[in-house]
Amino acid sequence: MTDVERPAVGRRVGVRLLGYLGGMLLVIWGAATAGFLALKLVPGDPVEVMLGVNAQVSDETKAAIREDWGLNDPPLVQYLGYLGRLVRGDLGESYQLRQPVAEVIGAQLPATLALTGLAILLALLISLTTAFLVRGRWATRIVSTIELVLVSSPTFWIGLVLIAFFAFRLHWFPVTTNASFASLVLPAITLALPISGILSQVLRQGLVDAASQPFALTARARGLGYPALVARHTLRHAAADGLTLSAYILGTLLGGAVLVETVFGRAGLGRVTLRAVIDRDLPVVLGIIVVIAVAFAVINLLVDLAYERLDPRLRVQGKAA
Amino acid sequence: MSLLELRRIARTRKPPAIEVVVASTFLVALLAAALVPTLFTQLDPLDAQISDSLQGPSAEHWFGTDQSGRDVFARVVYGARYSLLVGFGASAIALVVGLVIGLVSGLSPKPVDAVIGRLIVIGMAFPEFLLALLVIAIIGAGEGSLVIAIALAAIPAYARVARSQTLVVRSSSYVRSATALGVPRFANIVRHVIPNTLGPLLVMATIGVGTAVVTAAGLSFLGLGPDAPTPEWGVILSEGRNLLDRAPWVAVFPGLIVTLTVICTSVVGRALQGRRNA
Repeated sequence: MTDVERPAVGRRVGVRLLGYLGGMLLVIWGAATAGFLALKLVPGDPVEVMLGVNAQVSDETKAAIREDWGLNDPPLVQYLGYLGRLVRGDLGESYQLRQPVAEVIGAQLPATLALTGLAILLALLISLTTAFLVRGRWATRIVSTIELVLVSSPTFWIGLVLIAFFAFRLHWFPVTTNASFASLVLPAITLALPISGILSQVLRQGLVDAASQPFALTARARGLGYPALVARHTLRHAAADGLTLSAYILGTLLGGAVLVETVFGRAGLGRVTLRAVIDRDLPVVLGIIVVIAVAFAVINLLVDLAYERLDPRLRVQGKAA
Repeated sequence: MSLLELRRIARTRKPPAIEVVVASTFLVALLAAALVPTLFTQLDPLDAQISDSLQGPSAEHWFGTDQSGRDVFARVVYGARYSLLVGFGASAIALVVGLVIGLVSGLSPKPVDAVIGRLIVIGMAFPEFLLALLVIAIIGAGEGSLVIAIALAAIPAYARVARSQTLVVRSSSYVRSATALGVPRFANIVRHVIPNTLGPLLVMATIGVGTAVVTAAGLSFLGLGPDAPTPEWGVILSEGRNLLDRAPWVAVFPGLIVTLTVICTSVVGRALQGRRNA
């Protein structure tokens, strides 16, 4: 790349960033709208749902609540009001908890972030280690069998087995609390194992593919050993393959959090989601949909940017296109 | 996969690998358990014998007994019917609806196809388990809800493959030749596009049944499926959760069967995929 071209590339990055942000907003808007529509399709009166089946409330009170919540407005007015509040970060109020949804979610976010954060670190550690170390026919066979088992096992069952063995039999870890770091270990491992199964599959395949590329042959011909080849060249390629899994991994983490938090009796976003689903606390459900959509949009943005850093060819291609 | 294709495969390919045979055998046994549970156990999955409560695995009770003294093996055997029903039912619905969406999208003019394609991508962005959970939030929990929720969650994946396959077949030389020979559009679709799209979808569905079984077990583990004494795999596991200190077998063995089911569908599905691509 010559000096003359640089400003043009810089401008393009700016334009592309705008494009990415626009795409992000579109996805979030789409999810919020789909959620809103779905909730409007829910059979039954939201006020009845909110009050519960057993509530003894006069019809006047119900009418007043309906008026308060704007449920008498035309759907379009409700929708626009909803979008307007959303832009200001207002996710509405929980039917069951009588608290702003943003507060409910915000209060549970740290616990779930700690769990999923540790899980993703563990998964990276495990899968990078196997990708680095496993070579040769038999080792590959054994490891790919283990990967298949991990990918196929239900997350919650892995959790149950870990509790039975490490908490009850060996007493290495506390059984179920949010209290200490030690209580985070088993849930994080539970969440990490299925992810490391699929991630290590992809990374290993990526390393093999990259090793057969001409640049790898050149590097080997220069006298580069295998570890150095991986560290300097092929891991970059494998990482690009691994990145394509980001959205899948995020989804597995979020869905897994619901199960893992239930198995281990931990508080967190997953438990809130489940509670909201069972109670049909629709504003909370809608709020969670929006939060998930934001998470997906952010991850996709980061992945797109990371691709370009990892693979210079993409930058060149972007210019040609 | 069309009959012709199956016959061609049977004639020309080498015998299947040992793991494929083992996996198929397990799945056939599971199917038999679902159809005729008494083949595998004479015990009643709901028969509570308090005197036999929480016994470890033995010759009489292979997987031990639960808190009420019910035989866990019998419960797992009878649970196969429910799990497979959800797995096959959800996959079949998702396959058919996905096929229709994919066909319509792939055969429509460009703008329509672009819109449907975009919707499919958005649907794919959400993981199946979360999507199923959100659908249940809207339609409410229960046995029937599980099938609907899991089917809805799986549709985007089938629709995506059906759409891309339709686009490929539509522009293939034999379909264009047929069109040039004056074969009507509808006959082309029925004779060429659908059979060629169905193959990959059926392979997907093989693996999809396994995924659906796990999703169903997960959802009913969370209490969103059938109610407690029903012999369903997720329900059994959730009962086992509270017995982990005293009777780990109540959770460990049923989970093992769920895992084996998924592994076997993956192995068989991958083998079918490999043969298609070979």
